[in-house]
Amino acid sequence: MDFSYSKTEQLFLQMVRSFAENEVKPLAAEVDEQERFPIETVQKMGKLGMMGIPVPKQYGGAGGTVQMYIMAVEELSRVCATTGVVLSAHTSLCIAPILENGTEEQKMKYLPKLASGEWIGAFGLTEPNAGTDAAMQQTTAVDAGDHWVLNGSKIFITNASYANVFIVMAMTDKSLGTKGISAFIVEKGMPGFSIGKKELKMGIRGSATCELIFENCIVPKENLLGPLGKGFSIAMKTLDGGRIGIASQALGIAQGAMDETVKYTKERKQFGRAIAKFQNTQFQMADLKTKVEAARLLVRSAAWKKDMGLPYSADAAMAKLFAAETAMEVTTKAVQFHGGYGYTREYPVERMMRDAKITEIYEGTSEVQRMVIAGHLFK
Amino acid sequence: MDKKDYKNVFVFAEQREGVIQPVALELLGKARDLADALGEKVVAMLLGEGIKDQAQMLIEFGADEVIVVDAPELKDFLSEQYSQAVGQIILDRKPSIVLYGATTIGRDLAPRIASRLKTGLTADCTKLDIEPDKDGEPEFRMTRPAFGGNLMATIICPNNRPQMSTVRPGVMQKMQRQAGREGIVTEFAPKFDASKFKVKLVKTIKADKTVADISEAKILVSGGRGVHDKEGFDKLQALADVLGGQVASSRAMVDNGVMPHECQVGQTGKTVRPNLYMACGISGAIQHLAGMEESDFIIAINKDKFAPIFSVADLGIVGDLHKIVPMLTERIKKELEK
Amino acid sequence: MNIIVCVKQVPDTTVVKIDPVKGTLIREGVPSIMNPDDKGGLELALRLKDQFGANVTVISMGPPQADVMLREALAMGADRAILLSDRKFAGADTLATSYALSGLCRVLDYDLIIAGRQAIDGDTAQVGPELAEHLDLPQITYVADAKVLDNGHLQVDKENEDGIQVLEVEGKCLLTVLASAFDARYMSVSGIMEAYDKEVEVWSADKIDVEEGKLGLAGSPTKVFKSFPKAMKAPGEVHEVTPEEAVELIVNQLKVKHII
Repeated sequence: MDFSYSKTEQLFLQMVRSFAENEVKPLAAEVDEQERFPIETVQKMGKLGMMGIPVPKQYGGAGGTVQMYIMAVEELSRVCATTGVVLSAHTSLCIAPILENGTEEQKMKYLPKLASGEWIGAFGLTEPNAGTDAAMQQTTAVDAGDHWVLNGSKIFITNASYANVFIVMAMTDKSLGTKGISAFIVEKGMPGFSIGKKELKMGIRGSATCELIFENCIVPKENLLGPLGKGFSIAMKTLDGGRIGIASQALGIAQGAMDETVKYTKERKQFGRAIAKFQNTQFQMADLKTKVEAARLLVRSAAWKKDMGLPYSADAAMAKLFAAETAMEVTTKAVQFHGGYGYTREYPVERMMRDAKITEIYEGTSEVQRMVIAGHLFK
Repeated sequence: MDKKDYKNVFVFAEQREGVIQPVALELLGKARDLADALGEKVVAMLLGEGIKDQAQMLIEFGADEVIVVDAPELKDFLSEQYSQAVGQIILDRKPSIVLYGATTIGRDLAPRIASRLKTGLTADCTKLDIEPDKDGEPEFRMTRPAFGGNLMATIICPNNRPQMSTVRPGVMQKMQRQAGREGIVTEFAPKFDASKFKVKLVKTIKADKTVADISEAKILVSGGRGVHDKEGFDKLQALADVLGGQVASSRAMVDNGVMPHECQVGQTGKTVRPNLYMACGISGAIQHLAGMEESDFIIAINKDKFAPIFSVADLGIVGDLHKIVPMLTERIKKELEK
Repeated sequence: MNIIVCVKQVPDTTVVKIDPVKGTLIREGVPSIMNPDDKGGLELALRLKDQFGANVTVISMGPPQADVMLREALAMGADRAILLSDRKFAGADTLATSYALSGLCRVLDYDLIIAGRQAIDGDTAQVGPELAEHLDLPQITYVADAKVLDNGHLQVDKENEDGIQVLEVEGKCLLTVLASAFDARYMSVSGIMEAYDKEVEVWSADKIDVEEGKLGLAGSPTKVFKSFPKAMKAPGEVHEVTPEEAVELIVNQLKVKHII
């Protein structure tokens, strides 16, 4: 058993850490305040190959591992959770399902441009009436002979207004329930497809979260992803992978808040000494540090299993559940340690606390993770 | 090599466009101390074209002798031309010590010479002393900052001659000028090997000199990240104007292109020791402190009460420079009108 | 075009701390990095490679741990990496270091050598010019820009206190580069994936063209007599006051100091 990073991973970590520190961190407060999508960062990441880390070389990717990809999400989220989720949604929710379910033609058509960052990816499952109960899909896809016609809408779609490629779930046969759901690759600009209103959010405010609207949207026949009727299972598997990404986003947020708090409590003096010298600070921080490390092991182990081709559904759920709750706890306490300053925008911990909350909600709420874990436990 | 053959303290008297640089006079001041401690002479090397009439000034600032090399090849500084001339002087005259300014010229020329003569060179010295060694013989000790200014190191060059060092401008004190002081002026004609002149000067582009050399300034109003932008620096400029000082900058504001490199104070910029250094919105990284902490009086204004700049400030103000600086400017104007 | 880039692995002096009691450097936890000016030099070499095509060889002298820095150089786009590592080099000052590097350069094929202006641990700016002299090459220091002209000559902008000298050099030469002029690229992910598939060649002293007596401590004219921490001055007063009170405090002090 080996818990250390490989030499390649260490070199990669050095790169993403310095990229995050120098290119991402300086924009984080602005991205949050202005609710602005960090498109320039995405372009830089594209040039460096960060938008296609686990994509094999024959599809224009870097030929890296899932482990490396989630390290990137963690390091980005450590300084800017918006940037972290942009990469996570792009990689886990758009690239991965094409890579895992696409035909050779689909892979050749979409992966090189997604991996280079020329195109940004997104994923549409959630609907106004189908949240946690994702089986209640109301978007429909009708076979019109030489093409599909999609009608309906999707909400809360990360990257939406900047994305070029969307993995969209739609009901192809209502009578079959979840087995009547199919997955489609929808491109920006397809007739009848438009982007609806942008959500104003509590956290991750730069991630361009919008509604997708399909009004007699014409999608070519060859854009069906995977077999007909397999959309729900593709979506669930995609979310299993996505959860590792969100878990590492949560881990990054928690680590970022730890970093800030360690720095602050060493500098801040009250009653004549640094507040890091108080045992209350030390004991609470020790507990938080332990939880962050535990979350890291869960996240890395889930990514390792995915890299190895082992089942990882429960592992991903446990990683996300624990990392998300850890992120919420760490950021809440980080604000507390910062006192009044922590509640102001002078310090990044209030943003981190707002950002952390979403990790308990999207790509399956913490309740859903418990359902998944229990499902594996009692099957 | 017999060390006893090597005598006298030589100074490379840097001139640019015919103007003797202040660092040359500072070096003469230090060379005077060293030569007196050794019972030797101070000799200045003055290279250029049409610069001979400046030799007397070097004598009045402490040189006993000035070796003038007046040649068209030396009109502008070019490494090989200057190395040949200085190298030949040193071989001919065998000085025990040679000092250069740690300027772009000195830091280009001195290592070239050191490598040519296979001797030691200590860079960017802040302190030079003659102390007795273990045998009671006078030993030249060169002290310089290392590890980004975190540590000081004293270097010796026990077995090779000459012993050479570059010295940061603004560190040593020049002598009070003694008008009419007497000394010798010697001319030296090097044998140039023009086949080695591979680098040609195409042109010189002068930097936009809105600011004079900050290392000469008595009062500096310096800005860091907290100044934000050019408009912020305008506020600092207004304050500098009423105080009769100049504006300087931290590395951060040079790296992001707001201020020119000539304004940069610190390890990779200039060392300054003005009478007043006002640090506005500068956190005070150790590299910055290394360039300014010798200032006589330091005032720091910073929003962050934990900023390390406060550890070197004589007066620290926790507050918003964007409010304080304009108010202070107005107030000083009124004071001066009184 | 064959370009040699000299790089050094240095402790990141921006995070170096001094033990206040012992007065020694606390090395623990201080990351080792590629010296920033050297990285700027590598960036210049890679830009010349991008524009005109070139073979970029990075060379370094140091302990085996410098391997990781050379992998970084390979991941950034260098073609070949050589590490000079031998106990015989230990204790070298700048003259002995530049001499050893010259021995390596002499057995390599090159048209241009690029070094950083100075290393952040020593800040001497000496190795580049000393290396140029050992190799009898023209040098241009403080380089802010360089391009290849149609006649094959190199046109170089050298920064100095007054502005820029534009210089033209014919034939082989050595440049020392400012990091601030060359914003170095990041390693690419695919470069990282390949970095450990390439070889970092480790060379000992007997593979290069040198006289052994001029290496390491024996070949170093300068010696460190002593090192000590910088004396810190006692901090002054810090006031958290209104802007009006701040102005009063400052004006009073300026009067006391006879500045106004």
